[in-house]
Amino acid sequence: MKSYVPNTIEERREMLKAIGLDSMDELFSDIPKELRLDRELDLPAPMSEMELRDLMIGYILQNDEGGLLFRGAGAYRHYIPSVVPQLAARSEFYTAYTPYQAEMSQGMLQSIFEWQTVICNLTGMEASNASVYDGATAACESMLMMRDSKRKSRVLYSAGLNPDVIAAIKTYAHCYGIELAKVPLDKFGLTDMDALKAALPDSAGFIAAQPNYYGCIENMDAIAEAVHEAKALLVSYVNPISLGALKRPGDYGADIAIGDAQPMGLPLNFGGPYVGFMATSGKLIRNLPGRIAGETTDAEGGRAFVLTLQAREQHIRRDKASSNICSNQMLCAIMSTIYACTMGPEGMREVAEQNIAKAHYLASEMCKLRGFTLRYNTPFFNEFVVDTALPAEVINEALKEMGIVGGLILPDGGMLWCATEMNTKEDIDFLVDMLNNIIEGGEEA
Amino acid sequence: MRQSYKLIFERSREGRRAYDLPALDVPAVDAVPANMKREGKLDLPEVGEVDLVRHYTNLSRRNFGVDNGFYPLGSCTMKYNPKINEEVASMSENMHPILDEDMAQGSLRLMYDLEGYLCEICGMDAFTLQPAAGAHGELTGLMLIRAYHEKRGDDARKTIIVPDAAHGTNPASAVMAGFKVKEIKSAPDGGVDLDALREAVGPDTAGLMLTNPSTLGLFERNIKQIAAIVHEAGGLLYYDGANLNAIMGIVRPGDMGFDVMHINLHKTFSTPHGGGGPGSGPVGFKKHLEPFMPVPALVEREGMIELDYDRPDSIGKVKSFYGNFGVIVRAYAYIRSLGGAGLREASENAVLNANYIKNALRGVYHIPHDRICMHECIVTPTEEMMEKGVHTTDIAKALIDRGYHPPTIYFPLIVHEAMMIEPTESESRETLDEFIGAMKAIANEALTNPESVHACPKNTPIGRPDETTAARKPIVRYTRPE
Repeated sequence: MKSYVPNTIEERREMLKAIGLDSMDELFSDIPKELRLDRELDLPAPMSEMELRDLMIGYILQNDEGGLLFRGAGAYRHYIPSVVPQLAARSEFYTAYTPYQAEMSQGMLQSIFEWQTVICNLTGMEASNASVYDGATAACESMLMMRDSKRKSRVLYSAGLNPDVIAAIKTYAHCYGIELAKVPLDKFGLTDMDALKAALPDSAGFIAAQPNYYGCIENMDAIAEAVHEAKALLVSYVNPISLGALKRPGDYGADIAIGDAQPMGLPLNFGGPYVGFMATSGKLIRNLPGRIAGETTDAEGGRAFVLTLQAREQHIRRDKASSNICSNQMLCAIMSTIYACTMGPEGMREVAEQNIAKAHYLASEMCKLRGFTLRYNTPFFNEFVVDTALPAEVINEALKEMGIVGGLILPDGGMLWCATEMNTKEDIDFLVDMLNNIIEGGEEA
Repeated sequence: MRQSYKLIFERSREGRRAYDLPALDVPAVDAVPANMKREGKLDLPEVGEVDLVRHYTNLSRRNFGVDNGFYPLGSCTMKYNPKINEEVASMSENMHPILDEDMAQGSLRLMYDLEGYLCEICGMDAFTLQPAAGAHGELTGLMLIRAYHEKRGDDARKTIIVPDAAHGTNPASAVMAGFKVKEIKSAPDGGVDLDALREAVGPDTAGLMLTNPSTLGLFERNIKQIAAIVHEAGGLLYYDGANLNAIMGIVRPGDMGFDVMHINLHKTFSTPHGGGGPGSGPVGFKKHLEPFMPVPALVEREGMIELDYDRPDSIGKVKSFYGNFGVIVRAYAYIRSLGGAGLREASENAVLNANYIKNALRGVYHIPHDRICMHECIVTPTEEMMEKGVHTTDIAKALIDRGYHPPTIYFPLIVHEAMMIEPTESESRETLDEFIGAMKAIANEALTNPESVHACPKNTPIGRPDETTAARKPIVRYTRPE
């Protein structure tokens, strides 16, 4: 039987004897007898490592991840350089916990400090935390930051946020007692500025998305101006890969920049673990939730890194903490940091530009087909919405037969397509050929 | 030994690069509107691949994990993280989260099966795997309690009772879920004071949050009475699963009377702590809370696992997608490796190891509640040590010099100068004996040469850091020298 307990039965007996006990059962004498489980847990039988590996392969074989992927919608397939998983597999990192003891955790603390610097420099902000669970929970935490710093309980959000993010902020807002109001998109797929301006009075702030869920590049200058005119805060939910090409939140005056760093070096992994980032201006630093690493000196004057500003946190402030967050997504943050440092400024720019080029090539080739029209006549990043004459379900079912994961079908029947640097011209041309076959097949039928 | 280490930003040299991409095979386009184009170059490091690799390899060497040595950090269950689990978790990394259900049956089935195992281990009726960490699970569980009372029109129930021995996340999560917190003092034996609890409950009681074994590492013997008091007052019982490693296969939260609970998969179920995450905080609950669980629920229909969003009373989503899947796979592999008897064996030996340490330190350190403990024990410096000016911090720093990660210190708050030692079942008797020897040597040194203890740690890359200045004048990112 598999066991990770090193002590032999004989050693256990000797240890029990050392503490004056005869049996393991006596260790549990504080537990009322009638509560104790009088049987073994009803679980599948234990297995060897070899059998476990086969079992897990069996599960994998029930999956079909598709050959070609043209879907994003909040989870993006990008190239992950080998150094990222290789370095994150250093078990000094991954088998450690939160760096409570700075002297023996300088590696982790410095890595957090480097992550914070990467996030600040990518977003153009002044302070970042050590991460939160994902982009959706970053949005949830940003609502608390806005409420507490503005002392207003009304928060606006863009209809262009990812639907999972919207679902999460609704759940949290109900508990926080925050009144949420949606700002719709206009016919160009962009924030309806008149609606935004009308909704802003008495609001703590507005959560915008750049690019938005439908891929459209928003005019964040105009949004920031309107939000600040109303003395509200602007939270900008950004795809970090887009920041290789797009203006940074700090450049247009966003007060808080958030998002999910999954596109930077994290595999799709069926939705997690990903990593949420939160960065802000210096004046809101004490409203940030969670861990923050800071630079200081040791007794001899050498540079040292520590967890800092802990007076915000749950283990000190308990019911008055800025958040309940304790564990975050540190290892994922290290992976994203290594990704960003591998790519460097040129790599981040090139990836962003390749994404734009691939998505535009896909859109233009696809929309040459009969019955495929681009919904929004608006600049986009690596995603776009197409309306189709054939039902989207018919298209995707047919693509699935060919090992292609097509665009995500939206509730209104449109299709949200995505292309990244991973989609070659050959793949895109193949997809478009297949779509053409599907159209012709549909017309014959 | 002391040696500071450059930041990756300080290794940057213009023009160096560690990346390459295939040449662009489609026309480049200038699609970004002029006013949304980023100006200038991003301020990220420019380094060669070998420099990058050495940088992070050497940073890892300035860190300490379970693979380096003994890590008895109380309440955190730093058990060994099996290597096979890392390997199997990487097998399905390319799965996009939004696929037709028939394409994801392997992943969905694994999650569904794990929910079933967790129900059996905990005596609960259902589980959701969505929460990303323990505190996130607490928040989710409290949202279920809130939704339950709201659905019944029981709107006055706005107070969550929390013992003063509780983890800090408990009161913080209660406030985030929109509750008021009423803290109750512990009884002299460290357990819940039944009279104080009786006095605290009332028509405003939404529930009680409890860790059992408690943060003192002691089993709450009055759990049945506690459950009765809370339930009779109309409240629900929340189980903080941080200490579940003590009781697998021995007693189940559901059988103790708890209505809702979370598990830290990164503690009890051996998934790596990642330097502070990712964890995973599944929430289990009894039937009466099931209507409120987050969407999507996993349901089996005609042999297929489906994602069910059609749950009108659901609290909604608490994060994107379905949970920290990569962590879930590791926990699943752990349970399948060990089976029911193996899980019980793990808990028994976790408890045995803690008692072995406590027993050996008796008479050398002060043991505030000296009875059979569960998976962790609490010791404090003796009066004599403190008279010499040696405190818990100093002992922790002296342990670092001897190659150990210190226990959790200054927690629980109700024990003055607490050191919370959780050895876990992973440690052999020699490791425990060596640690006990180190603790005794430090105790001796504290009495005979306290200055030497104050000077610890000596064998680390940095000495004790100045935390006050760090908080007063926070430097939280690197800025290039002018």
